Amino acid sequence: MNVERLLRTLLLSDYNTRVVVFGTVALGIAGGVIGVFLLLRRRALLADAVSHAALPGVAIAFLVLVALGQSGRNLPVLMIGALVSGLIGMGCVIVVNRYTRLSEDAALGIVLSVFFGFGVALLGIIQKMRGAAAAGLDSFIYGKTASMIRSDALLIGVVAVVVLIGTTLLFKELRLITFDPDFAAGDGWPVGTLDVTLMALVVIVTVIGLQSVGIILVIALLIIPPAAARFWTESLRLMAVISGLIGALGGYLGTAISGMAPRLPAGAVIVSVMGAAFTVSFLFGSERGLVRVLLDSLALRRRVLNQNLLRALYECEETGCTDSADGQIHYLSTARGWSAPQLRRWIRRATRQGLLTTGENGCWDFTDHGRREATRVTRNHRLWEIYLLEHADVAAAHVDQGADLIEHVLGDALVAELEDVLADRDALPASPHSLLPANEARTS
Amino acid sequence: MSVDTSAPATTSDTALRVADLTIAYQRKPVLWDVDLVVPAGVVAGIVGPNGAGKSTLIKAVLDLVPHASGLVEVFGKPYRKQRSLVGYVPQRESVDWDYPISALELVEMGLYRKIGWLKPVTRAYRSQALAALEEVGMADFANRQISRLSGGQQQRIFLARALVQDASVYFMDEPFAGVDAATEKAIMAILLRLRQRQKTVFVVHHDLETVREYFDYLIMLNMRVVAAGAVADVFTSDNLRRTYGGRLTLLDRAVDAIGGIRQ
Repeated sequence: MNVERLLRTLLLSDYNTRVVVFGTVALGIAGGVIGVFLLLRRRALLADAVSHAALPGVAIAFLVLVALGQSGRNLPVLMIGALVSGLIGMGCVIVVNRYTRLSEDAALGIVLSVFFGFGVALLGIIQKMRGAAAAGLDSFIYGKTASMIRSDALLIGVVAVVVLIGTTLLFKELRLITFDPDFAAGDGWPVGTLDVTLMALVVIVTVIGLQSVGIILVIALLIIPPAAARFWTESLRLMAVISGLIGALGGYLGTAISGMAPRLPAGAVIVSVMGAAFTVSFLFGSERGLVRVLLDSLALRRRVLNQNLLRALYECEETGCTDSADGQIHYLSTARGWSAPQLRRWIRRATRQGLLTTGENGCWDFTDHGRREATRVTRNHRLWEIYLLEHADVAAAHVDQGADLIEHVLGDALVAELEDVLADRDALPASPHSLLPANEARTS
Repeated sequence: MSVDTSAPATTSDTALRVADLTIAYQRKPVLWDVDLVVPAGVVAGIVGPNGAGKSTLIKAVLDLVPHASGLVEVFGKPYRKQRSLVGYVPQRESVDWDYPISALELVEMGLYRKIGWLKPVTRAYRSQALAALEEVGMADFANRQISRLSGGQQQRIFLARALVQDASVYFMDEPFAGVDAATEKAIMAILLRLRQRQKTVFVVHHDLETVREYFDYLIMLNMRVVAAGAVADVFTSDNLRRTYGGRLTLLDRAVDAIGGIRQ
């Protein structure tokens, strides 16, 4: 039966659901897109302070409405109250920051808790004063999507469109001030004005999100989608698109699930769905996800091992220990401290990769490809070793170790530069190892 | 971008004039009464001990920190009117290198002023940025995310971004800090090229041993200007002692540098 209800919600079968889903999806998109810039500007906690600071504004707006003999449940007026007191909160953070020696986190903590505490106190007064009329005001704390009506959803839709147009037009400018505000200011851009524009969009999204997600959790709409999107891409444009999509997904699924269990606060469900999307991104994100990072470091480790093996075999050949397979193994394990079974495993892998082959006497020999690779690796290594000896104040005893680590991240371009640098210094000086003829290695 | 009423001009022989500049953070003065007149076309080093206010001087000139008092003129006009003549290379540590942006996109930022408000970066601008990357030897890394570059490579794309600004006066905050030999060479080549193009360059610098090699003008700073002028005139042991105080090891190295003994 629940499944049936879930399906009805997911497929937007009835009108009310359509309205609420439209509203939460638009909210998710708006929060996700503007949140990207908020996160990159490192102002996420400021937005949190703003949302908490909105509560006394809601309460005061309610009290004013009642005092004027109106119904307290006039949403636009309550939102204006939220907006004003949220902005006052933001102003307080900025003032405390600028004119005291308190650090920014302290300023944020003070403003956030004082404003929120004040708001909760006012709610207490309201509830004692007029029980029935005040009912539902606390939905601002935890959020309630069910009460969303058509005009609310439309308002959210308009805000979402404004956010999308604004960030598209100002994409270049927002990128500039979120990446390098000093450069932007030096370049003549009005960083302060752009910052205010960004924060204004953030505050507007926060305020329209208050009713459905609640003061405590609205910040999640702005932070979780961009943080999750970052795991999938290295491009700001794509990050904004993915973040908006994750926000939309959170709004859609969150609304559907909370529709199934109406007692669950919608905000909490939406945020939980986004949390799940974050977890998936964190684990499986194609650019920075944990699995990707682990696979990359595993691949790097293998490459390092392979290169070490090739270089060791190359040096083994230079010293003429290629009589027998056992001789090779013995040389490698004594020179390198590798165990024989380990060695055999690595050699088998290198053979599978076409780097090594079994030659006469059962010895391992390089394939043509393997020899080129071994020559390159050995030469890179020695160049780097010389570089460290020549240029860096590294104790000579540490050089080999450093070289082992760094040569594997050396790109071709850097190696070429290194050769130039060393060539400038009157050709390549003698290395601790005997050196290859430069031509042979260069053509490889 | 606000349109200047008078077009920026480089007619004056004086690239930078600073008068009575005083900077204070939280009532603690960082720079006192700085007076400078720097001719156009020089590569000027700014040296001084840690905390001498070298970076602050640059930031004050660029209007990035509030002035307690003072006047800054670029080519004879107030800085605010001459902004488009000025290029800036901030300290490398001042930005988040994990930011989702490629080397090419970072360099394009130097062109935003020319592109103007709200307009996207077109292909013509992109190829300009690419040419600048080429100039600093980084064309192969154009599409790489910037955290996947070495420190020296990051410094070079910062320089490329300043190059595309096509400014007349450049301010560089410690471009030589923590870079590899290849980058050091690349930066020197760029400084040389900028000098050939009659640009004026200010470089915050730490290494006294290379002062004679890199610069033809020197500003010695320790919360106030100790000396400023042609390197040959002001880079003396006397001025060094007045700039750095009595720190002996440093002084020894400096005296070596003055004696022309280089490694």
